[in-house]
Amino acid sequence: MSLDLVVAILMAAAGAATPLLIAALGELVVEKSGVLNLGVEGMMLIGAVAGFAVSYTTGVPALGAVAALLAGALVSLVFALLTLSLMANQVATGLALAIFGTGVSALAGAPFVGITTTTLGPLVAFDDPILRLLFGQSPLVYLALLLTLAVWWFLKHSRQGLILRAVGESSDAAHAIGYPVLKIRYLAVLFGGAMAGLAGSYYSLVLTPMWAERLTAGRGWIAIALVVFASWKPGRLLLGAYLFGFVITMELQAKAAGFALFAPEFLSALPYLATIVVLAVISLGRRNATHAPACLGKPFRPAV
Amino acid sequence: MTPRLELSGITKRFPGVTANEDVSFAVAPGEIHALLGENGAGKSTLVKIIYGVQRADEGSIAIDGRTVSIGSPNEARRLGIGMVFQHFSLFEAMTVLENIALGMDNPPSGRTLDARIREVLTEYDLSLDPQREVHTLSVGERQRIEIVRALIQKPKLLIMDEPTSVLTPQEVERLFKVLRQLRDEGCSILYISHKLAEIKALCDTATILRGGKVVGTCDPARESARSMAEMMIGGSLKDISTKAKGLIGKPRLAVDGLDAPGEPPFGTSLKSVSLSVRAGEILGIAGVAGNGQNELVSVLSGERLTGVSGSIHLDGAEISRLGVGARRKRGLSALPEERNGHSAIGAMTLAENAVLSARGPAGLTAAGGLLRLGRARIYAKTVIDAFSVRANGPEAAAASLSGGNLQKFLVGREILGEPKVFIVSQPTWGVDAGAAAFIRQAMIDLASRGAAILCLSQDLDELLELSDRIAVMNGGRLSEAMEVAGVSIERIGLLMGGVHGEDDPESEAMLGAGRAA
Repeated sequence: MSLDLVVAILMAAAGAATPLLIAALGELVVEKSGVLNLGVEGMMLIGAVAGFAVSYTTGVPALGAVAALLAGALVSLVFALLTLSLMANQVATGLALAIFGTGVSALAGAPFVGITTTTLGPLVAFDDPILRLLFGQSPLVYLALLLTLAVWWFLKHSRQGLILRAVGESSDAAHAIGYPVLKIRYLAVLFGGAMAGLAGSYYSLVLTPMWAERLTAGRGWIAIALVVFASWKPGRLLLGAYLFGFVITMELQAKAAGFALFAPEFLSALPYLATIVVLAVISLGRRNATHAPACLGKPFRPAV
Repeated sequence: MTPRLELSGITKRFPGVTANEDVSFAVAPGEIHALLGENGAGKSTLVKIIYGVQRADEGSIAIDGRTVSIGSPNEARRLGIGMVFQHFSLFEAMTVLENIALGMDNPPSGRTLDARIREVLTEYDLSLDPQREVHTLSVGERQRIEIVRALIQKPKLLIMDEPTSVLTPQEVERLFKVLRQLRDEGCSILYISHKLAEIKALCDTATILRGGKVVGTCDPARESARSMAEMMIGGSLKDISTKAKGLIGKPRLAVDGLDAPGEPPFGTSLKSVSLSVRAGEILGIAGVAGNGQNELVSVLSGERLTGVSGSIHLDGAEISRLGVGARRKRGLSALPEERNGHSAIGAMTLAENAVLSARGPAGLTAAGGLLRLGRARIYAKTVIDAFSVRANGPEAAAASLSGGNLQKFLVGREILGEPKVFIVSQPTWGVDAGAAAFIRQAMIDLASRGAAILCLSQDLDELLELSDRIAVMNGGRLSEAMEVAGVSIERIGLLMGGVHGEDDPESEAMLGAGRAA
């Protein structure tokens, strides 16, 4: 196997892992605050179409990424209003958001089907394969890695991160001590939406710089599964996202080489299967070792 | 002298109820001031207003003579007010240090905070490891976190909401030592409780609340527990008639070598529990919550069969493999601790709730499993009348009753079925004094008709009043049962704290410390 092929495979793996990682980081922060938003897939699709539309109209893909970020945050605001202020059921609202996002993105993207746009590609081109692997990828790949570090630091070492975790652990206790539970959850949901939107734009701006319906192909669900797989830890999330990115790439490579390692259906089931295995293994061990936030999915209604 | 805290005309209304009405009183610097009242008298609402968790509709609060507006707990802390909550405001999956940092407005970095926590611990002679995670700690240690969290900010006024309801007698003594030290340093303490003996021992002044209003102020040292209780309930206290001695017969419930796993996620497993309750006898089981009481009730009632080993005999017959229904049919009735959702279903009517457990003894089902709802209504009505339950008849939803009334209904539902063995957990928890006395009387009457009663409670005074014998649960183990007449509270306290054996040097040391305190 030539060095070029190895580098190509590794770069493809990083490419497949990056959107998973970005979306999952957002969902991790949301869940750490005690909110379960299952609408990641919908927010990603809305981000993908918004990013494509802005990139195509302005010709600047970076603006597209920013637009995707804002679009994702905007739809997540709807989710936050419904579940946090109006106490709607989080699971049902999240599923509705996923379906809503699929529909809206198809509608808004109808004029763009089949059109291509400029890629949000590497800033510098390298001929040397090693340099290309290290420095010649889309800026979003590096951004995702920086974000992982930032989220880890925020949750583990910052005061605001401690408060966010406290709200997810016990909203009543946090309220009694005097923290604005709803405000913190709103901010977390908005961050999650922005990350999902950005992750979505990776598909329409980097991986396949064109628009097609259901472009993200269910990867939003994999991102949610990854959060559980990673036991709500950013470091393990990075590991998980790259692992799945690698498996996805190997499967494509194998298919291109003319033999299938697994049926494609098995591949798409793999993340969920792995999540179940990980959960089972963890729960065999220490109690509550999954580190799930204790108030995950529970609504908060303060008495005033 | 300017009062440290002065409340004038505090009024707080919720839809349908007035929690506080024109409440005014003052707390002097360096005074331990008791706020006394039954459940629902408005104590908790009042302190939440002082701590800024809730806002008063009317009235004003002055700290050191200056009128202040307290919009949030952060503002309260800035004014020098600290609070220890009744239901702890702790985060189980986090460390002690993180929990304390969360309760401060501008906590220093980890290492400095760790050092300051250790300073406070030494100053007040408390022990606690700042790096431990909260879910690994006992209830007493958890309360210490809350206390340190308040003390580290050097409060001028410390509010304690029912701090002793979950502590062993020794832990209570240690807490009082800290509070007296604080008072001597000039800190004012607002101490909320309904335990009169403690208030007599600790407090300088008491303000008594009833129905949201101040009904009196007194010097607890000069009042008797009885006179304060009568001010609390606003009527004279009825004496409980004790049952005649010598009626105790042969064992009805005999349990031997019972082992069972704990309930997830943080339950305690039962370890070789043996006990026997005789006809006409009440056996009390004391212990701090979470030491296996819930597991014992669910194993004895038949709710939990998997993983259980050991024998349970009812009137000589082995029943340990029988389910809940079969045990009920044989005359074993159990009332678990949790009223809402376990003993009763809130959304269902009282008649329907009666069917849930009394269908057998009261004949509320016909052949083929059909319900006799007419009979159920009559049965519920009988319970309501016999136990003076305040409810809008048998068709009232269980959730519409107050805690005390629902508990009276549930105890009545079981007792009117004349069980041979009655297992009850926390029979008067969160129940007002009048209803509690009624429930205890009903239990004593049931025992004197020949039933065997197993009563689990965290209220030691209640157990000492009710029981013939008392045993202590700790870490899933049950101590030998002791005759209540002549039992020493210190010994029960030590057993509750997990100290076993007479000649254990540590227990001797603790006994000595307890006496000195």
